[in-house]
Amino acid sequence: MKFITIDKKDWAKGIEKSRETYKLFGPVKEKNGFLIKSLDDDVQPDMNYQDSVMSPKSVVFPQSEKMLTTSLDDSQDGHHIMNRVDTDYSPKAVIGIRPYDAKAMQLVKLNFDTKDYRDPYWCDAYEATTFVGLGINKPGLYDFSTSAGSGPFEEEGLDVLLADMDDKYLAKIITDKGQAYVDSCGFGTDADEKESQVLLDVLKKEAEKNIASKINTDQLKSKTILDLHEAPFWDDVAFSCINCGTCTYVCPTCWCFDIQDETKNKKTTRFKNWDTCMSSLFTLHTTGHNPRDSKTQRVRQRFMHKLKYFVDKYDQGTMCVGCGRCVKSCPVNIDIREVCNMMNAYEKQAE
Amino acid sequence: MDTCINKIREIALKLLENEEVEKVVGFANGTIPMATSPITIDSKQDVDKLVFNSTCGLNLANYIRNQKGKLAIVAKGCDSRNIVNHIVENQVKRDQVHIIGVPCQGMVDKKKIDALFDDDIIEFTEDGDTLKVKSNTKEETLSKKDFLRENCSLCQHRNPVLYDDLAGDLVEEQKLDNPYPDVDRIEAMDSDTKWQHFEDLLQNCIRCYACKNACPLCYCPTCFVDEAGPQWVGKGQNETDVSTFHFLRAFHCGGRCTDCGACVEACPMDINVRDFTRKLNKDSFEMFGWEAGMDITKRPPLDAYSPDDPNDFIK
Repeated sequence: MKFITIDKKDWAKGIEKSRETYKLFGPVKEKNGFLIKSLDDDVQPDMNYQDSVMSPKSVVFPQSEKMLTTSLDDSQDGHHIMNRVDTDYSPKAVIGIRPYDAKAMQLVKLNFDTKDYRDPYWCDAYEATTFVGLGINKPGLYDFSTSAGSGPFEEEGLDVLLADMDDKYLAKIITDKGQAYVDSCGFGTDADEKESQVLLDVLKKEAEKNIASKINTDQLKSKTILDLHEAPFWDDVAFSCINCGTCTYVCPTCWCFDIQDETKNKKTTRFKNWDTCMSSLFTLHTTGHNPRDSKTQRVRQRFMHKLKYFVDKYDQGTMCVGCGRCVKSCPVNIDIREVCNMMNAYEKQAE
Repeated sequence: MDTCINKIREIALKLLENEEVEKVVGFANGTIPMATSPITIDSKQDVDKLVFNSTCGLNLANYIRNQKGKLAIVAKGCDSRNIVNHIVENQVKRDQVHIIGVPCQGMVDKKKIDALFDDDIIEFTEDGDTLKVKSNTKEETLSKKDFLRENCSLCQHRNPVLYDDLAGDLVEEQKLDNPYPDVDRIEAMDSDTKWQHFEDLLQNCIRCYACKNACPLCYCPTCFVDEAGPQWVGKGQNETDVSTFHFLRAFHCGGRCTDCGACVEACPMDINVRDFTRKLNKDSFEMFGWEAGMDITKRPPLDAYSPDDPNDFIK
């Protein structure tokens, strides 16, 4: 594994240079906090951010994405035949993505890139993207990533991992994609591999000490689905829920989407929009029947999917990386950490 | 605040003990600083979970529709006005709710306090007008009146307008020469600037619908944004669709909005959704002398015919 150091004085210039090859995304300060956005020509990624309100999943999975289009004009050739829209899949790089968000991409990949099916929209965007991560020296109050299969310096899903060392970055180059990005910036002061790894391990250890909250997940797998499904606590968990989509939209691993057709004049476009299990339209059948008709059923779906169905199906831990965004943003303070611990500890009472 | 919490618990205990109500809807402490969560309790053992403080920014009237049996609800001024709305709009019967009124000194603007810190707030305490806020890197002592939500600083109905019990002494109401300075500012803009203002306002809207779902007025069985036949509005991020949602929602609230601020409180993107509803509140007041939710015997102005209506077209 190769390490390089980047003097912060050279940073902005290198980032600028990489724009010749890459379209850049990174943290930008907005009114309500930071967002990971496409960086305009004169905007540098703001590397002093703690976390972003929205996860960066939209870089490869936009909230609303055009998939197919066709003409409904009978006089046109190929009318009524849907064709894939022309989307730009030239190289992109996300600068400063947090390790838990990169890990989340790997979990989402399990859904969009399988042995049997490949979602070309997600996969093409993913393959075009290089993930330049920024380790978290001081994790915030809401971070519980270490107990959710990730951590402040976790490398899974990253192409480069940067560690902030005051006047410089120590960069661990993890993949060829990462090397290509670093080359495009002109960064190249090699660092000693062994020494650098020691430095990184020290930072990692210090950072992990800051994480005070955790979830317990060890028992989730051994529970039976129906026991958890019928557990008595769901009405209480759901009482305060207003069924808004905040938790699912800020979540880096929520992958559900909805297909919509929109027609204007004689042109029709098929869209893929983020869906949310909180909505009364979620899983509403054309018959009018909805298997998740009530608020409690929908809230239960969110937690069962993340903490039980996913765990059972993929054997890759929970579908939660511990970023804490839903905990921080939920208007009524429904806390996934509490719900997870409750599920993990639940024992069905003998009848 | 502490005395009012004790009083709320005392009243709740009495109501549950005497079986006057089946449950009590109130606020409980949250799991993170500056957060409270709506809760319903039905057993005497749980009354100590009830709290009230300056972070109870949601509107509990949103939690009392479609409930069976009699229930009690903790209500600050605006919640009580939305209960009145519910009674007028036949969403709940007067004798079905026992209102535990809480005279209110305003709720804090959590995002404004958050903005003072670069790192996460780890502790928030209050004592009268003094707020103590702590992060890992600094500690701030703030005066609550400087950090009130905008709707609270412009509120003229801090006392509950309808109640069965009071959990504290009535407070002095604010008398404002101009209760709508925010609307005046927008009205003074030329039309291009105004359009830009609303475009900027909605720039980060993610259509999570937290504003509409936190709003006690938004109880339509199927909201127009969810209708499929016909579909009134597109579901993507198209600017026109996003603003159509906000414009139409505001008009549906015309003459009904109590400016409780729950929409802004719930918004994860810090959008001042009240910029849409406030103008309609001002118009209702100026054209019909109307403030929503003040009287269970009066119907909202857009819902009633009056022989002395100031408009000629209707006569």
